[in-house]
Amino acid sequence: MAVKKRKKDLHFFERIYLVEIIKGLLLTLKHLFKPKFTLQYPEEKIEQAPSYRGRPVLVMDNGKERCVACGLCSRVCPALAIQVQASETEDEKERYPVLFEINMLRCIFCGFCEEVCPEEAIVMSKDYELVFTRYDDAIFGKDKLLVPVEKLKDRLEFVRTQMRK
Amino acid sequence: MVVLIPLAKIAIAISILLFIVTYLVYFERKISAWIQDRIGPNRVGPYGLLQSPADVLKLFFKEDIVPSAATKFVHSLAPVISLTVAMSTYAVIPFGPDIEIFGQKVRLIVADVDVGILFILAFASIGVYGLTLSGWASNNKYSLLGGLRSSAQMISYELSMGISVVGVLILAGSLRIYDIINSQQGWMWNAFIQPIGFITFVVAAFAETNRLPFDLPEAEPELVGGYHTEYSSLKFAMFFLAEYANMIIASCLITTLYLGGWHLPFIDSATLSYGLMPLISVMIFVAKVLFLLFFFIWVRWSIPRFRYDQLMNLGWKVMLPLSLLNLMWVALLVYFFKI
Ligand code: SF4
Ligand code: SF4
Repeated sequence: MAVKKRKKDLHFFERIYLVEIIKGLLLTLKHLFKPKFTLQYPEEKIEQAPSYRGRPVLVMDNGKERCVACGLCSRVCPALAIQVQASETEDEKERYPVLFEINMLRCIFCGFCEEVCPEEAIVMSKDYELVFTRYDDAIFGKDKLLVPVEKLKDRLEFVRTQMRK
Repeated sequence: MVVLIPLAKIAIAISILLFIVTYLVYFERKISAWIQDRIGPNRVGPYGLLQSPADVLKLFFKEDIVPSAATKFVHSLAPVISLTVAMSTYAVIPFGPDIEIFGQKVRLIVADVDVGILFILAFASIGVYGLTLSGWASNNKYSLLGGLRSSAQMISYELSMGISVVGVLILAGSLRIYDIINSQQGWMWNAFIQPIGFITFVVAAFAETNRLPFDLPEAEPELVGGYHTEYSSLKFAMFFLAEYANMIIASCLITTLYLGGWHLPFIDSATLSYGLMPLISVMIFVAKVLFLLFFFIWVRWSIPRFRYDQLMNLGWKVMLPLSLLNLMWVALLVYFFKI
């Protein structure tokens, strides 16, 4: 029976391994001295791109939230993480949320709330470090959700240009 | 004095061994990290230097689990065999020429036995019992496979290892390690005189120490952990220690048998003061051993594991004929040139 030939038969130097092994060793030796990729996490952090979806936050304009408490975000949220309670206000927008809570244990960072919001009042931030020691701590109220608009500029820019809202 | 010197030698040898093993683990992790473009352990102590002691401490406090179906006595005996064998092999490995302390001639070796090489080979074979017994006693199919593999692998590679060593012995005309080293002065390193034997011996040494590319008894992806799957706590630490101790033995052995021990071509001829010579010799020896240890680690992180049939093919169809070829080559050298 004829010996079945493989598509790519190894030639002699490949078959005695030694040459190939030395090639491999030289390659790893090269990597030994290359600069490393590792990021020393707690000390160094990545500056996330504007497209990054961290925890959702409420945009704070002139010390007040932009939200008009329409409840769309709460409605669209697939994880049922948002709770909004509306009330009236003397301001131009007439309505505001007395209570706005996001349960961060439920949120799946899908970004639907941001997409549906008519006022650009809720956006995804770059904040990904979410640690709680109690269940209660995981429910973020307005105190934790409100972030000044200056800090969210590039995300708002991204939402306008890239998502074509 | 007669008792004191050997005792001191044993104490020094063992403490040096444990120290080197600790930092060998550290450097294994560091080098593996560097090769993979990572940084490696750097959190415990400066540059992560306390990582290994911390690991040992952690192993101390772990629960020692013995499977209920295991053969208890053998299960605890196996790691002890591995470690004892690994440690006692050091007794016959010299790390420098004779020195004089307080007018006494001291040999830098724990036991200068006539059958040095034979002793090492014999003990290396006993070491297999540790692995095989642990595999059998664990009563776990993965462990058993690992144990079986290790015994098969040892038998296959010990043969070519032994035959390669015979080449060295013919040249040295003695089994004593001192004589072997002294027969390699200047450029007469066995690695240059019998390169084929050198290669077969190094490959066999890799197989004997269960290091990649021959770590089939462990083979994490297929056998979980191989023979030490069912071991935890200090018993696992013993296997770990034995593996690294074996690595050091293999490096020492390669240095003494093939790389001229503490001889360097230019140092020998240079006229150095008599007091300085032993120190430099020891340093040369240690440097060679450290390079070989680096080589062991380097190879581990460069070459993938052999398949089992490839391992056996290599052992019987390539290594054995090659080592026999080397034996003939050395015999012809001795016959024609009377080296
Ligand atoms: S990101 Fe998604 S899951 Fe989270 S609150 Fe918004 S809609 Fe709900
Ligand atoms: S969709 Fe926007 S405006 Fe409506 S409740 Fe949610 S955050 Fe407020």
